[in-house]
Amino acid sequence: MSATKSFQMAVVAAVVLLLAGQLAPTWLQFLVTMSASNGLAVLGIVVLMRGGGATFGQGMFFALGAYAAALAPTLLGVQDAVLRIFLGTLVAGLIGAICAPLLVRYRGIFFAMLTLALSMVMFGLLSKSSALGGSDGINIVKPTVLGMALHSGNAEYVLYCLTVVVSVAAGWLVSVYWNSAAGLMALAVRGNPLRVEYLGASARRSLGTSFVICALLGGASGSITAQALGHVEPNFANWTTSGELVFVAVLAGYRRVPAVFAASLLLEIVRSFSNLYFPNTWQLALGTFMLLVIMFRPEGLGSLWPASGRRKAEPALAVPSVTGGQS
Amino acid sequence: MQIVFPIVIDAVAYASWLFIVSLGMTLVFGVLKILNMAHGSVYAIGAYAAATAVALAAALGLPPAFSLVAMLLSAVAVAVTVGPLLERGLLARYYGRDEVVLLLVTYALFLMLEDVTKLIWGVNPYYVSEPAQLFGNVLFAGMRIGGYDLFLMVLAAVCGLITWYVLNRTTSGKIVLAVIHNPEMSASMGVNIQRVYVVAFTVGVFLAALGGAFTAPMISVQPGLSVSVIIISFAVVIIGGLGSIQGAAVGALVVGVARSLAVHLLPEIELFSIYLVMAAVLIFRPEGLFQSVKARLI
Repeated sequence: MSATKSFQMAVVAAVVLLLAGQLAPTWLQFLVTMSASNGLAVLGIVVLMRGGGATFGQGMFFALGAYAAALAPTLLGVQDAVLRIFLGTLVAGLIGAICAPLLVRYRGIFFAMLTLALSMVMFGLLSKSSALGGSDGINIVKPTVLGMALHSGNAEYVLYCLTVVVSVAAGWLVSVYWNSAAGLMALAVRGNPLRVEYLGASARRSLGTSFVICALLGGASGSITAQALGHVEPNFANWTTSGELVFVAVLAGYRRVPAVFAASLLLEIVRSFSNLYFPNTWQLALGTFMLLVIMFRPEGLGSLWPASGRRKAEPALAVPSVTGGQS
Repeated sequence: MQIVFPIVIDAVAYASWLFIVSLGMTLVFGVLKILNMAHGSVYAIGAYAAATAVALAAALGLPPAFSLVAMLLSAVAVAVTVGPLLERGLLARYYGRDEVVLLLVTYALFLMLEDVTKLIWGVNPYYVSEPAQLFGNVLFAGMRIGGYDLFLMVLAAVCGLITWYVLNRTTSGKIVLAVIHNPEMSASMGVNIQRVYVVAFTVGVFLAALGGAFTAPMISVQPGLSVSVIIISFAVVIIGGLGSIQGAAVGALVVGVARSLAVHLLPEIELFSIYLVMAAVLIFRPEGLFQSVKARLI
């Protein structure tokens, strides 16, 4: 699909969602806001999966974005939600760029474990930092959006609109990246990094790029989620948060951007209704569902979409096929 | 000296507990190439089963010393029911998949077992301190040491030695080692690979359940027990090198010392000292302390 056509589709999707949001009840607006916001972090994991990495530490960037958005009003006097999202994204991206040269030396399970360790260090730091509220976290001052003050009558819908616009824009940018030379090389790195090296390209640089994009999207996701919830806490960096995001990534697969947001919405719906009707068995349902997806749809929900000829030739794995330690 | 001694004792006691739990995880990875996230859930089930068994023994009027036997038997019961069920009933269907996919499969299993545990034992905490009280305290170099801590150190040493002996000095162990090195060749020589897998996984489950069972007297057994254990066990086996028994022992000691130093000298970093060490080891020894770097294949 060309960039122009995908842009047109993105604009149509955004307009439809913005209009549909006006008709939706407040609880549904909040549910979609949360699922689209989490979907951004999942999209980051999917970009990384497609580029040959498997992270269990996306919670670190999620938390970085969230805390950056939470601290922006007090430290920098930033009241605008858009600016806070930008700051959260930037901070997470910077930390991602610092970590990337270290992480690109690893593959498979060691990559996953190192990201997990870094995320847990962040969790420990946040939990013990009294300046950041310790394990209770901190509340966030209600933002303004492009100069508009939020109140109980408009807050949900305005944040919904903001999340939709950011998510659709991020989804479009990722689809453009996937169809670019760099994006296609990332796919080749996922298949066999050593072969890519022999062909003269840098597998490590490609993986590093995927990792930084993953971090940027994690940061954006955290900053939106924090503002929608009005609160941040160290659990954002805990491995259980990362695990849940990985779950959605597996559910979505690496083929289609819309599948990521569809999977995220599906999880939010299942979580909301399970919490309401089956509070003690929702993890059981979630785990069973995950096993079924891995067994019968190893490429995720995205594989339900009709595939083009080129995609049919891609390696049939939901996560990187290369294992071992250093590349 | 006054500060060093408590640090050493705490480090060794914590490392002993960790070693029992991590030994099973590293064994399962060594044989089946699965980094098992559900290991922590089995640990929790072991703790719950032990709490139930000790309470049952007390209700039957059995002597207090029998509570130790009850804990051991509960770990065996968990192993023989849960081990084959999970390995044959579930994991066997995913063999041949990527290691990360298998990690995700066990993550799904972890989610499921969390709720299964709640459904069986409820959400209220269980307390079984009687077995720990049997041992009292020991006075050593002017310092009081928990007798149960010393017992756990002995138990860890026994578990490690038996596992090492069986793997390296018996025919069955050598068959397991052959399967670890080359499953196809072992199968062609007549080894029943499926049986080796199910036995190795069941032993791994037993060690996790044993760790949980013998930890139960020192904690309140309640939901959420498995979450922290999984990641700390990961840290141990990653530091030591996946699949290495000696590595698990050294990894447990490294983690034990790191935690003990943090607790006694710098409590602010206690929560993440272990992960800091794990990250540092991975940075300088990407495959852990006891793993040789493998040749890269195109």
